[in-house]
Amino acid sequence: MASTTPILEIKNVSKYFGNVIALQDVSMFVRAGEVTCLLGDNGAGKSTLIKTLAGVHKPSEGSYTFEGAEVDFNSPREALDMGIATVYQDLAMIPLMSIWRNFFLGSEPTRGWGPLRRFDVDSAKQVTREEMSKMGIDIRDPDQPVGTLSGGERQSVAIARAVYFGAKVLILDEPTAALGVKQAGVVLKYILQAKQRGIGVIFITHNPHHAYPVGDHFVILRRGQVYGDFTKAEIPLEQLVQMMAGGADLEALSHELEAASQEGEAGEELAEAAELFRAEADEG
Amino acid sequence: MAIDTKSTNASPDERIRQVGSLSRLLIRPELGAVVALVVVWVFFAIVASDNNFVSWATTAAILNRAAPLGILAIAVALLMIAGEFDLSIGSVVGFAGMAIMVLVTSASSGGLAWPLIPSLLAALLITLGVGLFNGAMVVTTKLPSFIITLGALFIFRGLATAIPRTMTNRTQLGAFDTIPGFESINAIFGQKIELFGSRFDISIIWWVALTALATWTLMRTRVGNWIFGVGGDSNASRNVGVPVYRLKIALFMTTAFAAFLVALMQVTQFKGADSLRGELQEFNAIIAAVVGGVLLTGGYGSVIGAAIGALIFAMVQQGIIITGVDGDWFKVFVGAILVVAVIFNNFVRQQAQKR
Repeated sequence: MASTTPILEIKNVSKYFGNVIALQDVSMFVRAGEVTCLLGDNGAGKSTLIKTLAGVHKPSEGSYTFEGAEVDFNSPREALDMGIATVYQDLAMIPLMSIWRNFFLGSEPTRGWGPLRRFDVDSAKQVTREEMSKMGIDIRDPDQPVGTLSGGERQSVAIARAVYFGAKVLILDEPTAALGVKQAGVVLKYILQAKQRGIGVIFITHNPHHAYPVGDHFVILRRGQVYGDFTKAEIPLEQLVQMMAGGADLEALSHELEAASQEGEAGEELAEAAELFRAEADEG
Repeated sequence: MAIDTKSTNASPDERIRQVGSLSRLLIRPELGAVVALVVVWVFFAIVASDNNFVSWATTAAILNRAAPLGILAIAVALLMIAGEFDLSIGSVVGFAGMAIMVLVTSASSGGLAWPLIPSLLAALLITLGVGLFNGAMVVTTKLPSFIITLGALFIFRGLATAIPRTMTNRTQLGAFDTIPGFESINAIFGQKIELFGSRFDISIIWWVALTALATWTLMRTRVGNWIFGVGGDSNASRNVGVPVYRLKIALFMTTAFAAFLVALMQVTQFKGADSLRGELQEFNAIIAAVVGGVLLTGGYGSVIGAAIGALIFAMVQQGIIITGVDGDWFKVFVGAILVVAVIFNNFVRQQAQKR
């Protein structure tokens, strides 16, 4: 299914905010029907990269090609019109608005003409219901405010929306970050479904355990630069976890923690608390 | 032979509790205002029963009072649902009225002596320019619209006083009815309609028609969906492609347009303009919108609610006038009754959402 030429590619992209270097020399790509996972810890530059891909920021340097042609977006709308849809982690949905209003926000279907052109409310409600059930979600009532949905359901509405509107590339910003295990699994299922529909997915996460099962390709970002770039065949999960945290850093951290628990007062308290807990568990 | 094609989709979900039509009604944003309206009416019907509160004359007086405020409140409600304030609308009413009068007033009195229709069009363009200025300032500086339009409140009240005083040496300009073409403008914007032995302003028809138009726009058009979206979360809306900046500017121009319309009605009705016209109307319009269920933080509300809010406001004003309470107490009563109405409104909404 996967074609050889990338549908979306950036080469040597840098982004500066004043004297801050947010991204330096970053290259990555995604092919249609593949999932490229973008991994990075907090502050690695993931958000800046997403916003650059989504058309919010313009790259300071470097090239951005989509479907073989160089692009230069002035607004997220332009990127969206070309088929690059971004689902943001926190601001994907507007809580006070109903599901169907959210689903079509910015791309409302209309009927009638001239001054009588109006939002086709009935078809909006029906399509929302249908698209959600295609993704395996049975929404209770399209009039329900999105604020009453769970986190996973909200992400799913956002993904279903992007797929419905003909996204060729779907950029997902930490869709599983605030979710429980089961709900994260549900979202991962939608990522695979989008992939099977031939969409190129860029899945941003800091959790390698979420990335590994769905990803075809892994790009690790650290301090604004690409630290590693692997296909699934090239890297086992354990190594990905190591790379992701920065192996050496993690080792140093574990030593520090160990030292703290042996010497420090807080460590003693921790140990005591652990013992108490164990005792209670035994009694129960 | 009806084939039920929808049956698979429309099958009721076991997770939907059957909500009674009463509860569904209670969740509507304007409901609190409807209840408050009834309460205020009954209150004055009892308290002011000796003063003919329940009469066509009083009803006409209330509606005549409510209409101009209602027209402003409609525009203010749309803007507030989109998450912005316009504190300048009252000043702009005064400014727009003065703009019309300075343009048409004869040269011997210091005016520009333009013919009527070009004057009105020019004044309309100038007023829309005020809205454009407010909107563009809010969008480009990213400062709270509260601050920007508070500045505009003083700027345009100042201009409404300073310009006519410089040109004509006066802050009240009259004799609008001597301008050729006055009759046709009066027929559209200023005339009174005799009904049930009382005189109803034509502005009531404008008010009702504009409420219907704005409600339709809000509930049934793309722009309406954008207004809710931008008020709920303007970043999220921008990210899905809503033209947030253009929408906000357009809404500021809508409030300016409402101010122009009210100014034109008052100029026609009173045959002239006064620099102080529209004073405090910015606050009254916001109060009407909030009493009508518009959330101060944006993203929620209804135009019908704002129209009802204006009606409540006018009813309280008129009720207090006809009960003959001393004028010094007037504002105390208006303020208190309105705060109570808002608290009551919120209470009803919370009760409705709890069920």
